Formats: sequence, structure tokens, C-alpha cells
Amino acid sequence: MATNSVKLLGVWASPYVSRVEIALKIKSIEYEFIQENVLNKSELLLKSNPVYKKIPVLFHDEKPICESLVILQYIDEAWLNGPSILPSDPYDRAIARFWAVYIDEKWYPLVAEYRNAEGKEAKAAVVEKMSEGNLLLEEAFMKISKGKSYFGGDSIGYLDIVLGSLLGWVKAIEIMDEMKILDETKTPSLAEWAERFCSDNVVKDIIPKPEKLVGIYQKYLEMKKATSS
Amino acid sequence: MCMYHSHISTTNFGKKFFLVNSFAKLVQKMANDEVILLDFWASMFGMRLRIALAEKGIKYEYKEEEGLITNKSSLLLEMNPIHKKVPVLIHNGKPICESIIGVEYIEEVWKDKAPLLPSDPYERAQARFWADYIDKKLYDSSRKIWGTKGEEQEAGKKDFIEVLKVLEGELGEKPYFGGDYFGFVDIALIGFYSWFYAYETYGNFSTDAECPKFVAWAKRCMQRDSVAKSLPNQHKCLEFIQMLKHKFGIE
Repeated sequence: MATNSVKLLGVWASPYVSRVEIALKIKSIEYEFIQENVLNKSELLLKSNPVYKKIPVLFHDEKPICESLVILQYIDEAWLNGPSILPSDPYDRAIARFWAVYIDEKWYPLVAEYRNAEGKEAKAAVVEKMSEGNLLLEEAFMKISKGKSYFGGDSIGYLDIVLGSLLGWVKAIEIMDEMKILDETKTPSLAEWAERFCSDNVVKDIIPKPEKLVGIYQKYLEMKKATSS
Repeated sequence: MCMYHSHISTTNFGKKFFLVNSFAKLVQKMANDEVILLDFWASMFGMRLRIALAEKGIKYEYKEEEGLITNKSSLLLEMNPIHKKVPVLIHNGKPICESIIGVEYIEEVWKDKAPLLPSDPYERAQARFWADYIDKKLYDSSRKIWGTKGEEQEAGKKDFIEVLKVLEGELGEKPYFGGDYFGFVDIALIGFYSWFYAYETYGNFSTDAECPKFVAWAKRCMQRDSVAKSLPNQHKCLEFIQMLKHKFGIE
């Protein structure tokens, strides 16, 4: 498919936007990044994603595609030249899709749950759930990678992108709350994979530095305080 | 394949060899294609897989998870240890969990029969988006209609009807969500229709009055063999919910 007009509506700090950027880079697709203002949503966003009014939105020849997991699969199917993002075997694809849903619906929401939990006991309960989840992901990584560097094998694939895109915020929260979400003593393979992913050439300029994310999160909290007081 | 055939069929031995070889491969393929669906009769998610398998004409063994609510089977716990939920599609001993993922798997493995997804990547993306929307929005609001009372129930009913109206908008004037052909999004959605009598009874509303286009679409789908055979009777579903409510003391 010829390189037609590709635009990505998003914000640099969103891990879901990072997912799309990584996929576009893997396929060497040129695109225009349109910065969205999430606090004052644009006409473009409201028109192109009326159902959720959320970024990212990918535009291919002006046609919008929404939801990061849908976008990743679209990129894989619309651009057949270049490396594949999803595995080719149907069973491996089903496994990759399963873990992607698990990460988005069960694992990552625990991070927000931790932030919102009040008191030592409540926080400890969430940490327990996170540890259980991490062990599942560690086991999944060992099974799926089959001794190679990534979930996708020798190179980054769907599941690497889905989980790896969240690492910026995971590290930011580890800094802010002075605790460990990904503990290398408990899930050594996963921790190693995380470092490998973040230093990969395709990824390293896309995932925001945790310190920057800490910075904007502080700003966001200040703004929230200012508007509510 | 054609060239090979014409070469060996020139001799009697060649012919017999070819026939025996093909038959052996067919038997092996059939023996190797063991499909089990671990399911629960009232599950609108299980219905998706029943319909997809029927559309593709795939023979499978249906296993009812009878003790779903109180006493999950060892097979279920082994095949879906993380979520412990039905449906689970088991293909040659390997489990595929999550119904939408199962439908995509069926589509990809049995790709030469009755396509469930369009071939165009953009249309496929739209189908996946709407199947995901149904998963995110429909069950939770419907659960509030029969599972709660008062304000919470009213809010659930309002959300539920809103979701149906959004889906009606997406359907538009098309006979099916994918256009002229029954497919992925129709499969994702139609199972919920078997619970509509229960929703209307507890929520005290008429879907026909609120969303006539939706009802017309549902009735159209029900005319398909694969759907009619996969959906339970609406009254049975109401009885089931009555039993659930009684069992969990939500009355």
C-alpha cells in the first residue's frame, strides 16, 4: 500500500498514543502528529471519536480509527510491507490478544487503584494484587518469548508494545510513591525485558522519560487543586 | 497438486496410493481437529462462539458448565485459570479464552469458509471497534437493570437504552452491521437479545418502543439457522435471572 496521508491525534504523555507511534515507526510509516488538548477537546477529536472522545485517533486518508488495540491491528493489516506486529500463527495471535486485554483491563487499572487507595492497608492490598499480576506476566513472558528477547521473539511485537508503552508511567509512579511496581527480585525476566524494551532504538525516543511524566503529573495535580478550591 | 495427481494416476498403483494417502490425511485432519466448547447455556458470550462455529459448519463437542455459579469444573479451572469464566474454546487441547478472541481465532483457522470479518483493513477495524464497544458498554448496564433497584436501576436502564441507540445509529439502514452480510459485530451482539425479555420485565420498558430498528435487526438475525439454534428461549432466560436474584438475595 502506498504511503498515503497518515495523521495521529494525541498527546506525548499518553501511553496509548505511544503504542501507535511505536507501531508506525516499526513499519517506517511517515505521519503527522497533531497535538490534542485533553482539557479542552478539539472539534476534530469530538468529530472523529464521538463515542469515547479520547485519543489516540489515527487518520489514514482522513478516515479515523479509534482505540489503541484496534489501531495496532489496523496498522499491521493495512501496511503489509515491513515487520509484522502480531504473530502469524492463529493460536499465538489469540494468546497475544488475550494478554493485551488482561493488561488493559486487569493489570494497568491496578496502578490507578494503588494511587487512589487510602491508607497503608488499602495500598498493601493493591500491591498484593499487582504482585500476583506481575507473576502471571512473568510466566506469560517465559512461555511466549521461548527464550528470546521479546514477547514477539527476536524483535518487538504486539504484546511488547501493549505492555511496554505503559512503562513510562509505571516508572513515574515508582518515583512518586517511592515503591516498586516491577520488582527484579520477584520477576527477573520481566524486569530485564522492561529495560531491554525501553532502551530499544525504536522505542527509546517515544516512551517519555519518567521524570518528565512526574513533572506533568505534579502540574496536573496543582491545576486540579486550583480549580477545585 | 494437479500435476502430482495427473502423474500418479497414470498407474493403477499410483491411483490407489493417491486415494489411500488422501484418505489417510483426511482422517488425520479430522482426528486432529478436536473442537470443544466449554460454555453455559445462558451466556451471551458463549452464544457468539456457537454462532461462529455454526456459520463455519465446524463440528464440535458442547460441554455445559453446569456448576458455573457455585461449583466450577476442574476442566474450566485448568483451561481458564486466570478468569475462571466461560466460554472457553478448546482446539486440539489448547484453550482460547475470551469470546471475541475466540471468534477471531475461528475466523483465522477456518478461513476458507463463510468469512465473518470483511477483507478490507479499515472495515475490519470498524468491526473490531464496535465488538469492543459492545463488550465495554452493554453487559454492565444490562446487569444493573436486573441486578439492582431504585436509582441505580434507573441509571442502568438509561445507559442501556443509550447504548442501543448508539448501536442503532451505527447500523443505520444496513441489514447487518457489516452491511449486506451477517458478520462479526452481529455475532458479538445478537446473544444479548435472548435476555431482552428479562431486561424489559425488570426494567419496565419496551425495546420495540425505544429502539425499533434494533428489534428489526435482531429479528432478521434470528431467521438465520446458526442464530436460532444458538440462542436459548427468552422465557428460560427470565427464569434463570429470577433464580439468580433469589439465590443472591437481590430481590
